Amino acid sequence: MSLAEFGTTIILPFLSLAIVMAFIRLMRGPSLPDRVVALDLITTLGIGVIGVYAIATNQPVLLDVAVVLALTAFLGAVAFAYYMERRV
Amino acid sequence: MATIVSAILIVIGALFMFVAALGVLRMPDLFLRMSATTKAATLGVGFILLAAAVYFNDFGTTTRALATIIFLLITAPVAAHMIGRAAYFNGVPLWEGTLVDELQGRYDERTHILESAEESPGSKTEPQTSR
Repeated sequence: MSLAEFGTTIILPFLSLAIVMAFIRLMRGPSLPDRVVALDLITTLGIGVIGVYAIATNQPVLLDVAVVLALTAFLGAVAFAYYMERRV
Repeated sequence: MATIVSAILIVIGALFMFVAALGVLRMPDLFLRMSATTKAATLGVGFILLAAAVYFNDFGTTTRALATIIFLLITAPVAAHMIGRAAYFNGVPLWEGTLVDELQGRYDERTHILESAEESPGSKTEPQTSR
């Protein structure tokens, strides 16, 4: 079993299950900070999915997307935190 | 050899990220959920990017992966601290099993400035009741 098959048949479904669990928290979350934390986790899981997909398809260029996604996730979390603190 | 090491790193990283998602779904409190996502998910992403660096074995790719890991390790605590601080001001309820809330009554509600403790630093503080 090559690493590409291993990634696409075992690891990516596993990470998809994790994204579904974070999405349930995003839907249910009783308060706004819960949803922000869940959204942050979904973005972090997306970075992991991109890493696994870059290995599975043998395309190292995809790691650039991971860099940009990490930057955007940080800016989004900080913007949400400012918004929640101003709202009080 | 590089493939086997990379596969092991991917499995470890995926397990940590799965545990982080399980924690955000099952933990009883916002702050406990945040402790799960901030630590476990960052470690999992670090392992997966390390696996990519080992697998491609190329100078540019390794530099990019390491830069992403360092960036994540720097920014994840900052973002988690800001979200937790804003949530504490919003009055997000703590878990009913919480024993000590050390920030209780220390924040000025209007200016959001933290006051230091009144007692001397050497004295032992008795556990407070949850708010």
